[in-house]
Amino acid sequence: MKRGMIDFWVGLFAVAGAAALLFLALKVSSQSTQPASSSYTITAEFENIGSLKVRAPVKSAGVVVGRVTRIELDPERYVARATLALDNHYHFSRDSSAEILTSGLLGEQYIGLEPGADEHNLKQGDRITITSSAIVLEQLISRFLFSKAETAGEQAKEHTQ
Amino acid sequence: MSDALVQFDQVRFAYGDAPVISDVSLSVARGQVVAVMGGSGSGKTTLLRMIGGQLRASAGTVWVDGEDMGGLGEAALYERRKKLGLLFQFGALFTDLSVFDNVAFPLRERTNLPEALVRDLVLMKLQAVGLRGAAQLMPNELSGGMARRVALARAIALDPQVMLYDEPFTGLDPISLTTIGSLIRELNDALGAASIVVTHDVAESLAIVDYVYFLAGGRMIAEGTPEAVKASEDPFVRQFIRGEKDGPVPFHKPAADYALELGVARG
Amino acid sequence: MRWNWEWRVANVVVRFFSRVGAPLTDAIVKFGFACRFFVAVLRHTPTSLLRFSLTLREIWFAGVLSVLIIGVSGLFVGMVLALQGYDTLVRFGASSSLGILVALSLVRELGPVVGALLFASRAGSAITAEIGLMKATEQLAAMEMMAVNPIARVVAPKFWGGVISMPLLAAMFSAMGIFGGYLIGVQLLGLDAGSFWNQMQSQVDFRLDVLNGVIKSAFFGIAVSLIAVFEGFDAAPTAEGVSHATTRTVVTSALVILALDFVLTAFMFRGA
Repeated sequence: MKRGMIDFWVGLFAVAGAAALLFLALKVSSQSTQPASSSYTITAEFENIGSLKVRAPVKSAGVVVGRVTRIELDPERYVARATLALDNHYHFSRDSSAEILTSGLLGEQYIGLEPGADEHNLKQGDRITITSSAIVLEQLISRFLFSKAETAGEQAKEHTQ
Repeated sequence: MSDALVQFDQVRFAYGDAPVISDVSLSVARGQVVAVMGGSGSGKTTLLRMIGGQLRASAGTVWVDGEDMGGLGEAALYERRKKLGLLFQFGALFTDLSVFDNVAFPLRERTNLPEALVRDLVLMKLQAVGLRGAAQLMPNELSGGMARRVALARAIALDPQVMLYDEPFTGLDPISLTTIGSLIRELNDALGAASIVVTHDVAESLAIVDYVYFLAGGRMIAEGTPEAVKASEDPFVRQFIRGEKDGPVPFHKPAADYALELGVARG
Repeated sequence: MRWNWEWRVANVVVRFFSRVGAPLTDAIVKFGFACRFFVAVLRHTPTSLLRFSLTLREIWFAGVLSVLIIGVSGLFVGMVLALQGYDTLVRFGASSSLGILVALSLVRELGPVVGALLFASRAGSAITAEIGLMKATEQLAAMEMMAVNPIARVVAPKFWGGVISMPLLAAMFSAMGIFGGYLIGVQLLGLDAGSFWNQMQSQVDFRLDVLNGVIKSAFFGIAVSLIAVFEGFDAAPTAEGVSHATTRTVVTSALVILALDFVLTAFMFRGA
């Protein structure tokens, strides 16, 4: 009798614990990292990746189609090489272009894919050749100031002439 | 070696540098009930623990049924303990188990007997100590004497060859005391075992034992049959048996001079 | 004069080391014993898991009886998180992220950590007290004399009962907390239920957040259970000794949980 009671309550306890775990797994979280079997990887090289991070989303037309799985520096050409894992459901033509974008003014950075017109699609291990780097705010500002100074200098020159 | 079940050969034991037992020799044969008497702190319990293998002799040998307890590995020691039954001073019943389950504990843990047989054996052991009617009680519902009888039933569950009793008479009313005393004798004769009773209860133990050892300060100072002991002229034995306050065992613990310590005498 | 001054400094140093040294060596000795004890528990684990009814009883004591305090605490912690989080998030116009905040805090940190702290004070102290009392009343010695190893029969089942219960309790804590956050965020503050859940689900990663939280709680379960059974086994066999041991279980567990949490967090979430 007493033994049966303990079995009953421990059973109920295990079920409640499993239910809690299931709730956390299904309702609270999602499997955002694609499992390796249903994705293919391609690489893209950028002059500057800004603050792009591993696990950052890869989007096309605003829809998440994959994740950045790896970022490394090419030791010979000094460019950043990002490895992207793309969902098997989505195919992109070989002349697609990749650019590093920022969501909102201060949000996280992600890779945007712009499909091209080639009839061949990107396959596992392919490389995207047309890329544009992240916009680095400091460079933007210094470029702006530089051009401002330049025009101001020219104006001054004109003035003296 | 004789047919002694338990034998001590010049056994010595020390905690660090402090000797607890020095040069003790004794032997207990099958069918014998032996008392080891001595005041509190004379090393009696240490003696029992050495027989059980919970403590190992610093020097000398403890033989139990022809095997050196000091030289056994853990597995062999556990195997050997099946032949031993120890009754703890206050019973040491498992408080979360009923009386029945307490007695069944060694049977369930150490044998593969079917549950029906375990049940019969437990009831037989409880019958032997007269507590079959208490089988379904919990230990906290028992009186001190009953708890000790249940513990006794548990200790004999595996029919041990050597029974050890650690102060079995302490804190019992006169009726329980006589009951436990006669149980010790009866069980020993029924099991064909050897029993060692560690006690300072003189009257009760002299009535049931075959031989007595006296232990004082870790040394064996006297021994003999109950009759011889009663007639002994040894001052220590006389003091102990008659319960005299002062004698070779002084009433006062050695201390500085009394008057000096109170400050009434001039140093 | 000068010699006298130097001698005094030396004396102070010697006194300092002898005073600090004894507790330090004692602590090291005790830690060594705890390691040996842990190995013994592991060695006797097969016996205790084969007789699973023993462990089942301990899961009842450590797990089932802790459900109420874990559930209620989780609910309140989640509700407080929602109230506080809303207050901050609404200033940045990000109140729809409340679900993310509540879920991430609970699943990553509060569920495992607070769950383990509660577990240590509810179940850990009880385990210590039970083993300590069994030692004080010679029940462990009696078991040993009956040729039954107390580590296999008493200690290992209690240890595994705690280890199995802890992750389940932590998951319940997190789930109840998220439910509490939902009650406050959606029912009281009027956030949209759909965006509350969807945002949460899109931002909480199963492997990185949930699974790591479960791994954390498993580590905490091992640590707390080991401390509890060890302190009970090591307790001085007196009423005072058992009460000290119980206190030590709670204090040591709390410190070890927090230190271990730092180490595990550094390992798990560093790159992300």
